[in-house]
Order: sequence, then structure tokens, then C-alpha cells
Amino acid sequence: MSSPSVTQAPPGYADEPVVRLRHPGRWVAAAVVVVLAAMFLHFVATTPQLRPDLVLGYLFERSILRGLLVTIELTAVAMVVGIVLGTLLAVMRLSDNPLLRWVAGGYVGLFRGTPILVQLLFWFFLGTVLPRVSLGVPFGPELVSVSTNTLITQFAAAILGLGLNEAAYMAEIVRAGIGAVDRGQTEAAQALGMSPGLSYRRVVLPQAARVIVPPTANELISMLKLTSLCLVIGLPELLTTAQLIYGRNFQQIPLLIVASIWYLVLTTLLSIVQARVERRMNRGVAGASPRRRTRPALSGVRP
Amino acid sequence: MTTRPLADAAAPMVEALAVRKSFGDNEVLKGIDLTVGHGEVVSLLGPSGSGKSTLLRCINHLETLDGGEISVNGHLVGYRRHGGKKYEMRPREVAAARRDVGMVFQRFNLFPHLTALENVMEAPVFVKGVGRAQAREQAHELLRRVGLPDKPAAYPFQLSGGQQQRVAIARALAMRPSLMLFDEPTSALDPELVGEVLDVMRGLARDGMTMIVVTHEIGFAREVCDRVVFMDGGVVVEEGDPAQVLTRPTHARTRNFLSKVL
Repeated sequence: MSSPSVTQAPPGYADEPVVRLRHPGRWVAAAVVVVLAAMFLHFVATTPQLRPDLVLGYLFERSILRGLLVTIELTAVAMVVGIVLGTLLAVMRLSDNPLLRWVAGGYVGLFRGTPILVQLLFWFFLGTVLPRVSLGVPFGPELVSVSTNTLITQFAAAILGLGLNEAAYMAEIVRAGIGAVDRGQTEAAQALGMSPGLSYRRVVLPQAARVIVPPTANELISMLKLTSLCLVIGLPELLTTAQLIYGRNFQQIPLLIVASIWYLVLTTLLSIVQARVERRMNRGVAGASPRRRTRPALSGVRP
Repeated sequence: MTTRPLADAAAPMVEALAVRKSFGDNEVLKGIDLTVGHGEVVSLLGPSGSGKSTLLRCINHLETLDGGEISVNGHLVGYRRHGGKKYEMRPREVAAARRDVGMVFQRFNLFPHLTALENVMEAPVFVKGVGRAQAREQAHELLRRVGLPDKPAAYPFQLSGGQQQRVAIARALAMRPSLMLFDEPTSALDPELVGEVLDVMRGLARDGMTMIVVTHEIGFAREVCDRVVFMDGGVVVEEGDPAQVLTRPTHARTRNFLSKVL
């Protein structure tokens, strides 16, 4: 009589109601959020100093829009400089030539190691230590000579400051992207008779791009906001323009809100573009479908 | 693009002379001599760390030699001989020389961002400059040949290991190589998928392809190969007819190895 006893469920167990787990914490959190939101709305509604009329009026004011355009130009040019120079630096850092590796490493160290605000001011004031920039034989005769202050305008100083700094960060991003591609991929490309350049272009970079694009989009978004630092060199971009206006009418907060609205609009647009590009890049990656799907396209696929 | 002169029939397909290779202090190949004739199917057997994969990679110049030399089709691998000296080739020249040699890797190394068809088309189009239409037709034909006529649009991650390895074989064949190197092609596969890859390789051997196969599949070596080469500790211990080496090995090291894998 030692047969194992089997627990037999009495009839009806399968129909018993299930009591779901309760989440009291969520209700507490919701209450806190509601109270905070109510306080914020109350503050907005009862504070006439916020001047919503001024905010609306200045949002599309001509000088603000001109400042916005300068901000967009600065962002685009500085980012292009950063990406091109950064990719070059990354390839130099991965090169077999020790001198190139060392130079690229030194560049990244220098430009990442000093504050960007300092770099902006440095380029802006370069004329005080180097009055003329000349082109010619090193230590020999000059061919062309230009006054530094003519050459480095506010805009040029801003591009140098923002772009050269960005290149240092982009170099690290590109280097990480290339490093993330499996060595076997290069070997397979080589074994097919691809030259080093071709295998970079057709095999390594397309795969590295998947790793490079998301942080680059982040860099782009932060560059948009970093352009506001050009306030210190008086370049009339969005924030400088807002500051010029509130310097006259003393409506600091309403004008800062105007600038913030535009920054938010641009960063939101960029985030949407970023999400689209990333979806496109995920071709051929397990678990990431190129199209938006709630469920994986193929279930039971081997990894 | 200039095509290389056709092999003179007298030269063997592969000739390795006193090949040496070290990684740091570790000497992996200690003077290997190996000759493989046209149309011959040779398997390299041996315990892991015996240097067989390294030798295979040296034949394709994925590793540089520290001593000795290897010729494929009568052409020195990685060097140009001139006036009694060997000059290192530029990377582009090495790349051009590799077009004649196909290689299949243990971990497939398919290009994950391309479909099966695009993987097979890639080298003919971008290395040889074959027209897209012609390359596509050839790629479909090759996928049929490896038993995957219905998978041209699949990305590698959508294929099983065995299917991926068969696409990798088709990709290598697309360059119309005269020599195929297989580096443990079935070692990363689940046991039930090994057979489909070996079947494709068996077909290639039947069609007269010259093949060098690093493998642990003793059955495949016995059945398909013209010759087996047993390596241990960076040297060739013995080589010969599969039936002889695998059933009546003369060396204790070969016997010891076979007793473990059989």
C-alpha cells in the first residue's frame, strides 16, 4: 500500500474565480501626481507675471524667428563638421599607423578634457594672441595673410568651438560602432576577395551604423541645445535674441518660455526622425522588425 | 580587372613548405609540409590546438606566416618573388589573389544586414563587377544547388544554423573558386543539422572541387576524402588514405586521438 498519493482536485476547482494582485502603490503615485499637477496649473493660472499674451506675441516675432534660423544653421554645420572629422579621427584611431593613432588619441583627450564653454571663448578671443593668420611655407615666406578677427567671425568661432568639440565625441561613437562589428565579418569579406576599403564600405560600416546612429541622434539633439552657449560670444542665435529682448523689456521668464518652446519643438521633431531612422537600420537583426509590429514577425525562429 | 593566368596543370593546387606560425611565444605551426592536388579532397584532423585551423587560415592569408611559404595554383600566397627576395603584397593585391579561394567558417559569418540572395550576390557584383541581373540569376542557381531555392529573401537571423551554413557555402561558390577551404563547418551546428551541410559538401566533392576540410566528422573524412592529414602539436603526425589512417593508424598519437572521437 505504498503507491504515491496523487492529489486530485475536487470538481469545480477549475471554475474558481481568480483574485488579481492589487497595486495600491500606483494609486498613491497617481494621487501625488494629480496634486502636483493641480498646484502647477494653479500657479500658471494665478500668476499674471507669466504673461501668456507676451509669450504668444513673441513666439513668431521676426527677430526670434531669425535667431531660430541661426540656431538651426549652427546645429547643422557644427554637426557636419563633427561627424566628418569624428569619422576621420575614428579611422585614424583604429589605424595600423601608430602616429595617426597617437594624434587622434591626443585630439580626443584635448577636446574632451576642456569645457566647451572655454573652447568657444578661446576661438572667439584667438585674435588677441594671434593677430594675423597667414598661409605660406612653414618658417619661410608668407603667401597670404589675413587678420584673425576678419577670419574668425562670431559664427566661425561658434562653428570651431562646437564642431571641433563634437568631433571628439563623434570619434568615440564611431570607434565604438566599428568595434562592435564581429571580426568574422571582416574575415568573411576578405575571404571573398574584398579589398580593405570595399569591406569597410559594404560590410563593416553598414553594420556599425546601427550602433552609431542612436547616439549620433542624441548628439544632434544635445548640439541643438549647446548652441545656446553662443550667448557668451554674443552670436544672435535663439537664446541670445531672447536675452536681447528681455534686456530691454525685463520680461525674462516669458521670453525664456518662448525660447524653450522652440527648443522643444525642434527636439521633438528630431526625436521622431530618430525613431524612424532607427527602425530602418534594424534590417536583419533578430528581435527588431523593420516594420512596426506588436509581435515578432516570426515565432519560433532560432536566434 | 585582369584575370590571373590559369594554373599550369603541373603545379599542385596547394603547396605548403616548412610553414611556421607563432602567436606570441606559442608556436602553433612548427614546419608544416602539405601538398594538395587538383580535385583532391583532403581533411585535416587533430585535437583542438593542433594548428589545423591556423594552417587553413594561412592558406587564405588570413594569418601571415612566420616562416616557410604557401603557394596556391602556383602563385605564392601574400608575397611576390623577385630577384631572390619575397616582397610583401599590398592589401589590394592580397585581396585579388583570394578571389580564387572560397572559405567557409565555423560561425558562418553571413552578412546579417543582407538577405540570403544578397549575401550570395555581394562578391560577384562588388568584387568582380558582374552585372546585377546576371549575379542574381547565378545566386538563385547557387541557392538551389545548396537546397535553399525558397529562401532568397530570408535574412540570416531567420534561418537555422544549417541553412545559414549552406548559404555561406553558396556565397563562397559565387566567386567560382578553384579551391574551397572549410574551417570546422559543422562544429557550431545542432547534431540534427550537420547532415544537410555535409550533404552539400559531398555534392561539391563529387563535382570535382578541390577541398581542404578541417573537421571532427570522422565519418565524413572516411567516406568523402581522398586523404586525411592528422596534425598534433603543430606538426603533421601522419597522412594517407582515410581507410588506412583511420583504421590502422601507425602513430600512438593518432590512435589516442581516434579512440577519443570514435
